[in-house]
Amino acid sequence: MADEAAHDLTAAYALDALAADDEQRFEEHLATCERCREELAALRDPVALLAYGVASPAPPPELRARILDAARAERSNVVPIRRRLPAALGAVAAVAATVAIGLGLWAASVSDDLDRERSVVAILADPGAKSIPLEGADGRVVVTGTGEAALVVSGLAAAPKGKTYEIWVAEDGKLLPAGVFDAKRERDVVRLTRPVRAGSGVAVTVENDGGTEAPTSKPIFTAGL
Amino acid sequence: MTAATTLIAWAGPAPPRSRHVPPDVAHLSDEALIALAARGEESALAALYDRYGRVAYGLALRVLRDAALAEDAVQEAFLAVWRSAHRYIPERSKASTWILTFVHRRAVDLVRREERRRADQLTDVDAVLGGIVDEEAWLRLERERVQTALRKLPDQQREAIELAYYGGFTQSELAERLGQPLGTIKSRMFTGLARLRELLTEPDHDPELWQTKRPTT
Repeated sequence: MADEAAHDLTAAYALDALAADDEQRFEEHLATCERCREELAALRDPVALLAYGVASPAPPPELRARILDAARAERSNVVPIRRRLPAALGAVAAVAATVAIGLGLWAASVSDDLDRERSVVAILADPGAKSIPLEGADGRVVVTGTGEAALVVSGLAAAPKGKTYEIWVAEDGKLLPAGVFDAKRERDVVRLTRPVRAGSGVAVTVENDGGTEAPTSKPIFTAGL
Repeated sequence: MTAATTLIAWAGPAPPRSRHVPPDVAHLSDEALIALAARGEESALAALYDRYGRVAYGLALRVLRDAALAEDAVQEAFLAVWRSAHRYIPERSKASTWILTFVHRRAVDLVRREERRRADQLTDVDAVLGGIVDEEAWLRLERERVQTALRKLPDQQREAIELAYYGGFTQSELAERLGQPLGTIKSRMFTGLARLRELLTEPDHDPELWQTKRPTT
């Protein structure tokens, strides 16, 4: 998307008033546009205050217990708070996190590992990266000029118990393993552990926990295949 | 401003502490509660719900106009808070903004999936929400403050913002619905939000909106 066309989407983005395709393009634009990131940051608070502009009846009392029960059931998903980082690394991490937030990844499962978090953001922010839409799911695979790749997928149901999602990269007619992930968020962002060469594609299957060396089931979605 | 009035240095609404919260976390800041939630501390999530559950539900109900869907949206949003708490960066955003962003996002996702709003007029909302007698006083004051600010916007800017935020319409749907070019809708939303920001978050700009009694806790 040409920059000039994206600049004026900030307000609509802050209001959650962009259709999915515009939203995706704007998030990619944000990664490279300091001005829009600042503009967006300034609009977040007034937009959130609009929530107070409507009547607030009490929610049903059982909702509280339901949320807490569900949270308890998910407790294993919550990772321990970050270890204190050396100042320099902390600063880099803060920049990566800032970009991630600018990208709208409030709820995204950018890796908890800060090194990987930095690199996945770098991939998404790479102005030369190619975006390949997913077939069979909502999202895309972003591939940089050097083949580094990240999968962005929205609305994926959690893998069944004992199962995981595994990513595959097509190479020489074979599917090679490129990492596993669990869908836990509204939008998952996963860095591929294997480069994606030009003209190559990506598939995702459901496998047993821990992943396998070769797919044992049909892909549930693909990109560029 | 009189002696009886307090000019609040606005750091977001200060919701009253809830009686449900165990005493060991009830005194903590929102930011501290999110940090505790990131460690899996359930009482911290409970405390955040007690502070923001009600406004979250009101917002979700406004967008979705269906009690069961609104509950779903609130539940999903608070679970998203629970899962993402370790990624919250206090320097980047206020806790209330962070939480309510999840809520609005989930409500809009659901309303678009359900396509509910297309069949409804936005003005029906008050009928759905009518008869609220137990609304907490500080929430009522806050609502009046936000509504006063909205009324200060030119009608067309206000309409674009309200239909987008409370109605869940995309900018393209708004352009079609209002019979205006997309560029006009974009500029109404942007100009309106910029003005709203001045009105709601910059105390010097319009002192009238800032002189409010601090809610009793």
